[in-house]
Amino acid sequence: MATAELPPARSTELPLEPEMHPLVRNKHDLVSVGDAIGEVVLKGEHPRGWWIGFLAGFAMLQILAIAVCWLFYVGVGIWGINVPVAWGFAIVNFVWWIGIGHAGTLISAILLLLHQKWRTSINRFSEAMTIFAVMCAGLFPLLHMGRPWFFYWLYPFPNVAGVWPQFRSPLTWDVFAVTTYFTVSLVFWYLGLVPDLAALRDQARKRWQQIAYGLLALGWRGSAIHWRRYEKVYLILGGISTPLVLSVHTVVSFDFAVSIVPLWHATIFPPFFVSGAIYSGFAMVVAIALPVRKWYKLEDFFSDHHMDIMGKVMLATGFLVTYGYFSEAWMAWYGHTLYEWGTTMERMFGPYGWSYWCLIGFNCVFPLTFLWSKKIRTSPFWMELICISVLIGMWFERYVIVITLAREYVPAGWGTYAPTFWDYATMIGSLGLFLFLFFLFLRYLPMISITEMRELLPKKQGGGGGHSIMENAP
Amino acid sequence: MSTTVTPGPGHAPGHAPDHGHADPTVPVTHGLLAMFETGDQMAHAIEKAVAAGYTHLDGFSPYPVGEAADALKFPKSEMGPVMFIGGLTGACSGFIMQYWANTWGYSLNIGGRPYFSWPSFVPITFEMMVLTTALTGFFGLMAICGLPRYNHPLFNSKNFERATRDRFFVCIEATDPKFNLAETRTFLNDLHPVAVEEVME
Repeated sequence: MATAELPPARSTELPLEPEMHPLVRNKHDLVSVGDAIGEVVLKGEHPRGWWIGFLAGFAMLQILAIAVCWLFYVGVGIWGINVPVAWGFAIVNFVWWIGIGHAGTLISAILLLLHQKWRTSINRFSEAMTIFAVMCAGLFPLLHMGRPWFFYWLYPFPNVAGVWPQFRSPLTWDVFAVTTYFTVSLVFWYLGLVPDLAALRDQARKRWQQIAYGLLALGWRGSAIHWRRYEKVYLILGGISTPLVLSVHTVVSFDFAVSIVPLWHATIFPPFFVSGAIYSGFAMVVAIALPVRKWYKLEDFFSDHHMDIMGKVMLATGFLVTYGYFSEAWMAWYGHTLYEWGTTMERMFGPYGWSYWCLIGFNCVFPLTFLWSKKIRTSPFWMELICISVLIGMWFERYVIVITLAREYVPAGWGTYAPTFWDYATMIGSLGLFLFLFFLFLRYLPMISITEMRELLPKKQGGGGGHSIMENAP
Repeated sequence: MSTTVTPGPGHAPGHAPDHGHADPTVPVTHGLLAMFETGDQMAHAIEKAVAAGYTHLDGFSPYPVGEAADALKFPKSEMGPVMFIGGLTGACSGFIMQYWANTWGYSLNIGGRPYFSWPSFVPITFEMMVLTTALTGFFGLMAICGLPRYNHPLFNSKNFERATRDRFFVCIEATDPKFNLAETRTFLNDLHPVAVEEVME
């Protein structure tokens, strides 16, 4: 009989929402989630890995301090910049850091709106990463100004000279985009932290912790009315941050695309820059999350399943970026413009051709060959390797774009560019600033959202049955 | 005296109004706090209390429980319009600022474009909108919720520390016209909480 083959009544067995994978491993409840995440901060016992990372960051930060002091004393002449490559490492590093800073808000805003609940494990520290990366990024244009103490001239303010910024310039747009991005990311991050800080305040046993977290928690007491408003604000912030993330790197790409330099003046730049930003941002998140989860034993919250998904996102954005490289070459060839094609040839086989092939190798060939395999996507060693490769590749991408200035229209205007010791010192120093701030964050703030993790737990474990933070906000 | 009825404002004619902290040494009841094990129980208790006619009450939980806010007859928060007005103000002022600065304040001829070349003002208008929406959202939330407020009577309760941890609370405040210490306590006890305690101001 055919009916005998039918499976038993399924309707009662099926969960309401098709839950593919438990996002929190093991049997956690409200208390154990708070302990696993909160005690890292409250106990203050830190694994050796934390000290290594922190001290490395602190040492590199000293390099930054020396480089900046020397820069202020002598001037930007200590860098390798000159005509025709007047931007050099400063803009390469600026764009690289801003790109890395895109993952945080992408994860917290876009994935929030798309109900991607796996984001809960990584949103807090990728938002922190965003803030620190944008700080590092902001450093470079400021230092590149020559007289950074006049940085406020970038903003419109009434002054005796009666001068106002030139609002048709993408560089002015950039100032507004980056400032807004930093501020909104900070607000988003802090708003998410408030309930967690309140949880830490009540969980803390040391007096100074109770006072410090108590002050930062702003007196949050978890009132149902407050929660309803909170969720609405969180939802709207997610909604407006989504176009914001896309707009920031779009505006950064306008810095290039609005010019008439061959290969810069391209309509593909905005989407190409945005996907590259997500690519490198995710790479940075995974590259940092892997050692951190090992040191702090947080595999329950950031599992291999998360790594697998992030690997897939990187695979997709990696291909978008590769399509961008292809399109640049294709447009130059098909467009039949002497300068576009000539610059492409210079880019690939000119004096800086090695950097183009580094870019292709680190950014496309290596990661996109291996990211296809689930085994590799869930192997910490391989993912770490791939992510570092992507970070190097994305740095080279910006280098290749900026170095285009060395070979554009007339050969009489051609020149060379070579970074100096101080260029490298500032770059390594900015990495130090990032690591230093990030490790301080791990030490003093909960690196995973306790509140959202609790809400994500199944109802029988005390949680909100897989709700995410804005789903109660009509 | 705190064990007797605590009258709301306008009640107790002939007595000195003991609501306004006339004598700071005498403790005044803030309300009755019932502790529950799950969010559903809390939401259910609020529903019951609202049905019984209580109006000054609130629920407290470590993570948002939408049903609790629904039961409190607070189906929609006011943050949407607040943020909308904030964003609109930012967008308008951002646009007007650029228009004024580049058309009247300091007009520059850039590639022969008109002084009022509005398409190039779009990015900053957008950024200003996002910025002001976010800032009004955060500061508006704080203002409407009356935060930051570091000294709340509920923090006097030792149990209430668990409101950010693993317990769910309902507090019926003494200002409620229907509040009567003994009756309200019995009412809350009937909802099967883990504990009911009186919280002092």
